[in-house]
Amino acid sequence: MKSRIGKTVRSRGEEFITCEEVITFLLDYLSQELPSDGQLNFERHLAICPSCAAYLATYEATVRLGREALREELESRPPELGSDLVRAILQARP
Amino acid sequence: MLAVARRMLRNDEEARDAVQEAFLLAFRGLPRFAGQSRLGTWLHRIVVNAALMKLRRRRARPEESIEPLLPTFLDDGHSAISYVDWPESADRLLERAEVRERVRASIDRLPATYRTVLLLRDIEELDTGEVAEALGISANAVKIRLHRARQALRELLDPHLRQGEA
Repeated sequence: MKSRIGKTVRSRGEEFITCEEVITFLLDYLSQELPSDGQLNFERHLAICPSCAAYLATYEATVRLGREALREELESRPPELGSDLVRAILQARP
Repeated sequence: MLAVARRMLRNDEEARDAVQEAFLLAFRGLPRFAGQSRLGTWLHRIVVNAALMKLRRRRARPEESIEPLLPTFLDDGHSAISYVDWPESADRLLERAEVRERVRASIDRLPATYRTVLLLRDIEELDTGEVAEALGISANAVKIRLHRARQALRELLDPHLRQGEA
């Protein structure tokens, strides 16, 4: 695939990074791993692009939903026999 | 413990095997268990490692592509589709059992390569370096897989949550 990363688009007489750049580097943006001008370029794009702002919001919601839905499942299960067995072995060791 | 292995392997028999292997490893490792970490945490990590070993053995099997679930772009770099926010917040969505079940089922649909990284980073909360070491891949590959896994999960949930349904 031909890369379009690093390209900019003009809007209202100003240069902005593209939606592709925003969505591709979203993880780095959220982890604050971009250089300070990169973070700023993201915020400028998000301020004028409702589609990317919605993508960011639903991406963050997805992370939260995944985390909480699985935690609920893992925490709601009763302790299993195996855990008790190992605990008993631990208690019995010299 | 079985739930962790089952979520990683998506196969009951293999999950039970992984837990069994983990308990054998735990038994052999007992003399090295210094008691500094919680027993549950220690056992949990051994089960995750046993499941990872099973996944590695599986590598030869072909895996479904994640590409159809990733965003696409026009030649000028604009998104090919226009995204819209979901009408309900994550907090509100999590109150509904059918949404939580939909999320779990969608995670199960992710290809194993990506699901594993998602589980280890977002659920087990290992850091990028720990996941890279556990899977024998670079830190950059972990970041790429995590991002794609989250994107694919978002894509699977979007048609349901955009409409305010599960």
